[in-house]
Amino acid sequence: MEITFRLNGALVTTDEPPTRTLLDYLRDSRGLTGTKEGCNEGDCGACTVMVEDAEGKKPLNACILFLPQLHGKSVTTVEGLAKGDTLHPVQQAMIDEHGSQCGFCTPGIVMSLATAHARGETNHEDVLAGNLCRCTGYAPILRAAQKAEEAPVPDGLDHAPFGTPSVIERPESADELAALYAMRPDAVLIAGATDVGLWVTKQMRDLDEVIFLNGVEDLKGITETDSAFEIGAMTPIADLIPLFKPYAPSLSEMYRRFASTQVRAAATLGGNIANGSPIGDSPPPLIAAGATLTLRKGEDHRTIPLEDFFIAYGKQDRAASEFVESITVPKAGLADLKVYKLSKRFDQDISAVCGAFNITLDRGTISDACIAFGGMAGTPARAKAVEAALVDQPWTMQTIEAALPKFAEDYTPMSDMRASAAYRLTSAQNMLKRYFAETEGLTTSVLTVKEGA
Amino acid sequence: MAVGSALPHDTAHLHVTGEARYIDDIPLPAGALHLAFGLSSVAHGEITSMDLSAVRSAPGVVRVYTAEDFGDHVPDCSPSLGDEPLLTSDEVQFIGQPIFLVVATSHQAARKAAKLGKIAYKELPALLDYDAAMEAESRFEDGPRIYGCGDAAKAIAEAPHKIEGTIEMGGQEHFYLEGQAAACVPQEGGDMLVHSSTQHPSEIQHKVAHALHIPMHAVRVETRRMGGGFGGKESQGNWLAIACAIAARDTGKPCKMRYDRDDDMIITGKRHDFRISYTCGFDDEGRILGIDFLQLTRAGWSMDLTLPVADRAMLHADNAYFLPNARIESHRLKMNTQSNTAYRGFGGPQGVLGIERVVDHIAHTLGRDPIEVRKLNYYDEMVTPTAGEGLPEDHVLSVEGEPTSLGSIEHLDDHPQHAGGQVTPRGKLTPYGQEVEDFILHGMTEKLLETSNYAARKAAIAKWNAENPIIKKGLGVSPVKFGISFTLTHLNQAGALVHIYNDGSIHLNHGGTEMGQGLFQKVAQVAAQEFGVSMDRVKITATDTAKVPNTSATAASSGSDLNGMAVKNACDRIRTRLEVFILERFGESDVTWAKGKVHFGVHEMDFAELISLAYMNRVSLSATGFYKTPKIEWDRIKGKGRPFFYFAHGIAITEVALDTLTGENRILRADILHDAGASLNPAIDKGQIEGGYVQGAGWLTTEELVWDDKGMLKTHAPSTYKIPACSDAPDVFNVDLWDGRNREETIYRSKAVGEPPFMLGISAFLALSDACAACGPNYPALNAPATPEECLAAIGRTRA
Repeated sequence: MEITFRLNGALVTTDEPPTRTLLDYLRDSRGLTGTKEGCNEGDCGACTVMVEDAEGKKPLNACILFLPQLHGKSVTTVEGLAKGDTLHPVQQAMIDEHGSQCGFCTPGIVMSLATAHARGETNHEDVLAGNLCRCTGYAPILRAAQKAEEAPVPDGLDHAPFGTPSVIERPESADELAALYAMRPDAVLIAGATDVGLWVTKQMRDLDEVIFLNGVEDLKGITETDSAFEIGAMTPIADLIPLFKPYAPSLSEMYRRFASTQVRAAATLGGNIANGSPIGDSPPPLIAAGATLTLRKGEDHRTIPLEDFFIAYGKQDRAASEFVESITVPKAGLADLKVYKLSKRFDQDISAVCGAFNITLDRGTISDACIAFGGMAGTPARAKAVEAALVDQPWTMQTIEAALPKFAEDYTPMSDMRASAAYRLTSAQNMLKRYFAETEGLTTSVLTVKEGA
Repeated sequence: MAVGSALPHDTAHLHVTGEARYIDDIPLPAGALHLAFGLSSVAHGEITSMDLSAVRSAPGVVRVYTAEDFGDHVPDCSPSLGDEPLLTSDEVQFIGQPIFLVVATSHQAARKAAKLGKIAYKELPALLDYDAAMEAESRFEDGPRIYGCGDAAKAIAEAPHKIEGTIEMGGQEHFYLEGQAAACVPQEGGDMLVHSSTQHPSEIQHKVAHALHIPMHAVRVETRRMGGGFGGKESQGNWLAIACAIAARDTGKPCKMRYDRDDDMIITGKRHDFRISYTCGFDDEGRILGIDFLQLTRAGWSMDLTLPVADRAMLHADNAYFLPNARIESHRLKMNTQSNTAYRGFGGPQGVLGIERVVDHIAHTLGRDPIEVRKLNYYDEMVTPTAGEGLPEDHVLSVEGEPTSLGSIEHLDDHPQHAGGQVTPRGKLTPYGQEVEDFILHGMTEKLLETSNYAARKAAIAKWNAENPIIKKGLGVSPVKFGISFTLTHLNQAGALVHIYNDGSIHLNHGGTEMGQGLFQKVAQVAAQEFGVSMDRVKITATDTAKVPNTSATAASSGSDLNGMAVKNACDRIRTRLEVFILERFGESDVTWAKGKVHFGVHEMDFAELISLAYMNRVSLSATGFYKTPKIEWDRIKGKGRPFFYFAHGIAITEVALDTLTGENRILRADILHDAGASLNPAIDKGQIEGGYVQGAGWLTTEELVWDDKGMLKTHAPSTYKIPACSDAPDVFNVDLWDGRNREETIYRSKAVGEPPFMLGISAFLALSDACAACGPNYPALNAPATPEECLAAIGRTRA
């Protein structure tokens, strides 16, 4: 398929294979070797580039970005950042603050910082969560980011819209997608490619048939009603942070720690659900909140409780040619929702356990409880025995203690490189204790603690 | 003054614009080929059959090698024992061992084809843990190495108090951002040009020459920079360079190989994991009277650099503490996992963590503040003026370059100038017989306790912990005293090559390699200083075995010490010739070099003008330089001698918060005071300290290597192996350099700074242990890495 995008200001058209990554294209086809390959799986950020479309600028990992995802967009690489001899303010600050040592992560760091700079973002630790540096300990990079904050955004980095021909494998509406997918039931749907990308770069799989979803505008976006949010499947994870912040701060916080800035900009809510992973972070809290899933096949739509979508490990309630259209989250399910993401490293790490508790109290008694976990079973799953032990009981530590053994009835977790089965079970139990302690007003998060006398 | 200036990294501007070239960025002539290894999938076994037909017929494949292609001469990739065949055809010794080599038209084609091999094995029992390896007596060297002094068993038996314990400490993946890479370009007459991401170009040259059966003079290795090394590119690059050289010779095409990240982590060695058991006798106040260490370490499937790594762990079993009676027994275990290799600190951090655990355990046993027990056990302080007064300079120089003659004054009983307020001298003799003549941690400790507001924070934390049942805080202090020199004495040499062109520009070359540590800039500062010229006159050039031969690895923190001196030597030789020329031509002998000018008598001349004049008068403007470290001698079998020229010091205080429900934790604050001597470049040195601390803390917290019960490394990508991310750096991070000169005659009296700060990260581990200890009466006996899971387990132990 023929793909057109702007690369460092100049329009380029390419008909390279659809699963050619932008990183390989830049380095091998264009000789632009400033963008580096550190891990080839979207976890180190050395390949970060700035991508802009009508929605604005975002940093993306070029190593798991397929060329058709760029159709109609503008890409700026590290080579396109300086204007002649005039460095971008973050480049200059990185030099002045000694922000590079070996220099290999530096182009990616610079692109993340430059994108954040253009967006006026100053939450530097979040901005850089997806950029690993092994040399500096990050301190000088943070100093550089702060130093560049006040500098004006240089001209010449803005996206100028241009016309692009339509591409068959890149439908531009849900109707087109439904029709195309009906004809090609074996095609792999590619939304953000943060998972499918690794099929290509790590498993070395040849994907014979692909459908790129990034042009399907009507699957993007969030519709708010009095009682719910209806979230289009192609809505990027990044958009969920501000969405949930006023309603369920801990859900918003979970999404802040979900992967990295680059991955959240590419990954979609639909993808995080549809791939059926037992350790995806979206399903547990959305199940606990009582979310429903709307699927579409051809002209047919159906809506099911989200938890029913996950049948078994690797098996979801999704027919051939059927795709996730939207997720509906009732506002009522967010009011009491607490989400706890537990991982070996705080930022940009896959959860060992992700627990979500939606416990409703009525005058000191538990009137309703919906609890769901990721990382505890082959699918995201409810803790129904725990729920049963809580409902109609008084909200006391005795009730909590009595419910704890029920976790072992609900879950038989496994041991892997992220955590042992025993730790998973204990920490899941302790998350319930944490929920209780929070309602008692205790300090329960290390993220809120400061040093000092 | 070039020396001492906080100049940026020499190619910072190329880093930020993406212009800096790494191996995979170097344009190769058309037709270049790409390589990938096919790897073993069992930890121990014999290959019974191999079907590579699918590999050979895969798209883009040009050639496939197996061990049989080399007959009896399978190239060896080992830096030591000769036990690492490039490809194996019979015994497989770990999961990830190269079995066949694919040469293809693209990197992707080679990787794809490498997955298509069908290999059958007869599986053999694999040694995957210490107990199995000890049981099988599977070790390198005939038995354990044992170093020590005094009579540890007797001292422990007679001591008022005794503790025993064990600490497990995991290994560490280097995670250099640029993976292993090499490219070979065949030259006329069978010569080979090698581009390698290596800390050791001479080793690459030697191994490639050996593999090609040609003399070293026919192989030229060039290394401009690495995207990180940390020890992981001291020996591990041999494989790629040798593979590329063979394929380039046979095909006549340039050949390039770079490991995909997962392959890199599965194939290459890591920091050695250790299990250290201890028995310690001490007095009522906590003075160590006798100590016995048992150090077990995983060498992995081949020897690589394990012997000197394990030696250094033994040599740092004392860290900063006087051990009157010590016994250290070390087993280097051969096991069926990756062959562990050099990693920043080279065994030192493991040895240091062992004794820091003991001191922490003593303090817990006696109910004392660990810092008090540390100070009590410190070596005797060097007699030194108060920091900052600059006295050592005059002091040392006044004895005309014979700093050792100062030894006599240090033994004065009344220590009027003690900065640290040490009350009772303990001793200066290490268990290996070297006197610690330059110990300054008493003074550094006092200063850092003060600037970090230690006492008040300690009290505040006690209050916090009394009031908060779920989130506990902890404070940890760890000093480091790190021995500087290669313990293999002959490696302590370096060469340099300096040219001055007739326009006055200076071409600088030396045997050290640049991996991000700022070596090139520091050494260029030395050259600029020697000629009194600005930095822009000095061109830093890639490390090249054709310019400086027989180099040592850039390792052991030695880069600036060795190469700075060698460059100085070369510059001195040229300058002497120029001064002789000035004397002959102008009759002036008093020459000064500063600010781009040369002054002599009443004359002032631009540096370039003098150079032009010297050229016209046929003065040689090129010189080699050489340096060898003085004073050192070492017998590694007896474990006695003076392995180290001097010691570098540092101390860190870390505060953490710990969630006692999940074990999640944060570093809230770190304060560091580090001794870089008279720093050649304070900005670069500070960068090494900040980066070293975070890397050290990562080793001991989130960086966990996990193998399954078949010996497969399960954490082979950044998705599962977690090095510190941006928010893992301390929220408050105060780093200062100790203001003092090296008492030994090093380059401008600076000190090595690459490895020592790594061990400051131990303070974060000790802080976590302290926070765990706030949960119950028992000693938490925290193991490393202190992942959330391990912290929760340690909390459980305190309450058991």
